[in-house]
Amino acid sequence: MTEKREPLFRFEDVYVAVEDKEIVKGVNLIINTGEKHAIMGPNGSGKSSLAHALMGHPNYSITKGKIFIRGEDITNLKPNERAQKGLFLGMQYPIAIPGVTVVNFLRTAIKSLPNGEERLKTFRKDLKLHCKALGIDESFATRYVNDGFSGGEKKRLEILQFALLKPSIALLDETDSGLDIDALQIVSNGINQLCGKDNAILMITHYQRILNYVKPDFVHVFIGGKFVRTGGPELAFELEKRGYEWLEKETGISAGVNE
Amino acid sequence: MSKNKNSMNRNTPSLQTAAEAGRDKKKQIEERISGEYKHGWVTDIEEERILPGLNEDVIRLISKKKNEPDWMLEWRLQAYRHWLTMKEPRWAAIEYSKIDYQTITYYSAPKRENQPKSLDEVDPELLRTYQRLGIPLQEQKLLAGVATDMVFDSVSVATTFQKELEEMGIIFCSFNEAIRNHPDLIKKYIGSVVPYNDNFFAALNSAVFSDGSFCYIPEGVQCPVDLSTYFRINAMNIGQFERTLIIAEKGSYVSYLEGCSAPIRDENQLHAAVVELIALEDAEIKYSTIQNWYPGDKYGLGGIYNFVTKRGWCKGRNSKLSWTQVETGSSITWKYPSCILEGENSIGEFYSVAVATNYQQADTGTKMIHIGKNTRSKIISKGISARHGRNTYRGLVKILESARNAKNYSRCDSLMIGDNCSANTFPTIDVRNTTATTEHEAYTGKVGEEQLFYLMSRGISEEEAISLIVTGFCADIIRKLPLEFSVEAVRLIETMMVLPESVG
Repeated sequence: MTEKREPLFRFEDVYVAVEDKEIVKGVNLIINTGEKHAIMGPNGSGKSSLAHALMGHPNYSITKGKIFIRGEDITNLKPNERAQKGLFLGMQYPIAIPGVTVVNFLRTAIKSLPNGEERLKTFRKDLKLHCKALGIDESFATRYVNDGFSGGEKKRLEILQFALLKPSIALLDETDSGLDIDALQIVSNGINQLCGKDNAILMITHYQRILNYVKPDFVHVFIGGKFVRTGGPELAFELEKRGYEWLEKETGISAGVNE
Repeated sequence: MSKNKNSMNRNTPSLQTAAEAGRDKKKQIEERISGEYKHGWVTDIEEERILPGLNEDVIRLISKKKNEPDWMLEWRLQAYRHWLTMKEPRWAAIEYSKIDYQTITYYSAPKRENQPKSLDEVDPELLRTYQRLGIPLQEQKLLAGVATDMVFDSVSVATTFQKELEEMGIIFCSFNEAIRNHPDLIKKYIGSVVPYNDNFFAALNSAVFSDGSFCYIPEGVQCPVDLSTYFRINAMNIGQFERTLIIAEKGSYVSYLEGCSAPIRDENQLHAAVVELIALEDAEIKYSTIQNWYPGDKYGLGGIYNFVTKRGWCKGRNSKLSWTQVETGSSITWKYPSCILEGENSIGEFYSVAVATNYQQADTGTKMIHIGKNTRSKIISKGISARHGRNTYRGLVKILESARNAKNYSRCDSLMIGDNCSANTFPTIDVRNTTATTEHEAYTGKVGEEQLFYLMSRGISEEEAISLIVTGFCADIIRKLPLEFSVEAVRLIETMMVLPESVG
């Protein structure tokens, strides 16, 4: 599909355990620049665990396998070091940091990335621009991070971070949950605008809904800690119509794993 | 020493602006990683001190050195005699080895022939010391709008801005000057809020206090600048016993800033201060403290024992007192800035951030005594413990029968970093009438794994993430401080938040 260059993001035979319980059981994926991928799976299939492990959450240990960004092994890096290599995780349940304003948080985050000081020079302008695109009031910037935010506001802040931190590979975990249809449209537009030929996204979702707006190039079905099928966008429609059960039956793997 | 003079001067900014603070980021990180005390140098200056030990002769000598009138000496001796009958309090949640009061030196002063008349006459070495502390002087001072009464060990060195303030009728001078020049005010108010027999450490201070600050705001005057005192302990084995007395006459206003630091010593040094505030009708006093005495090293060796009695008296109707403190220093802190709310509708506030890391122990809080009708008080306390630090909030809200419709709101939050520290909260509420309302909230938590992960997943390092969480935790208090102070407070707190246990 691409030349012999290293793919943007790749993981190989990854196993993830939470408190000694194996949740993800050997998964592989290659993502090239400019691609949009979606992982779909029923609740409890281990999708979120995989996302947390890829980002380096200390409670989700990778017991086997490796993760690479542009050929560089990041399996043992801390979350902040992974972020500095260009990885981003838009979270399903973003946590509140009371007393820390959105603007201070964003500045600190940008500054910690490569070329941070340089990038801060246009921070005000960028912030204004992306706030507008995401339908975020500017007063948002002086509120405390996720503190008292509605579900929709939290998700918008996640996408605002995607926009400002400019990661090369963004993992978006259940971005559509908690969004009403209008908000979903705005957020999806935001994501579409952020996708370009130099970056890639990996969406993780239970429902096909968001995929109507952000069209994936590849859909991977994740059941019981494994990818059981990969296809194009049509696979998402099939899942929406038929549910996950037929695949569980077909593959003989059940989704009975705790998320 | 002389070789460094120039560079020292160039590198000694005044209290910084927010922008300057940003530029210092790199330095900050280095400091954060080393986590070392920044103000730990000794000024090489000739000093005059008396031999260690405490008896009536020592007190007479101190009084004589100060050219005090007889009534002052009598008051000191009365306090001393009472102190001899008292026992050192041991009810606080702090542990420390026995203090031998006979090994402490009770008087030390930079040696000089005559008192300086202006800053030009002050020993340049001393001025450089203050510059290194980041205290604004002369032009810097004008820019920062701060008038400073410098208390170096036991003697107030020079007071700036005095002329300008004098024209408004404001008196801002050393305590000794006040004793000589304003004896009526001193006689009337000294010990009126904190009597000499109030407690063990207040009695000791009353007997041996060496200097301090005095501030008088006449009726209707709004003091146009923040008045500021910087205390510094320099000599070895001396105790610093300063007194502060602030009187705000009817309808007046003053904001007062107090900063403290001390050089690094292996021995523990005693600091026992007394602060008395009096607010008359419609008057307001804001008292802000950054306490950054040497906290001891990471093994708990050395550091200041800080036993302080601070109390304000809302004497007049509609008067208001507010204490804001950022306590990051000292190996032991024992301090309960309090308000006596006597005047009708008077208001008392206490905003506090206390950080205890390494082997620091802080037992701090407030007392709000409601006497007058419709009196209100508000307490917001944020305690942060890290490593082996022990942080205790101890508070009393007492609403007397006479305090009809009194109201109190208290909030005591504790944040812990790591598994070896501790946080205690001892709130006491004593209400003697049925029209009063009190509200108490408390939160105790650990710096959360999820918060850390969230920040780190955005590229922020673990240390910086902890700093953000901690400064966020006390943001509401820091915002109460005047700007220059709030910048310094954030920097101090960040400096203390070096990597927790997980690093080792």
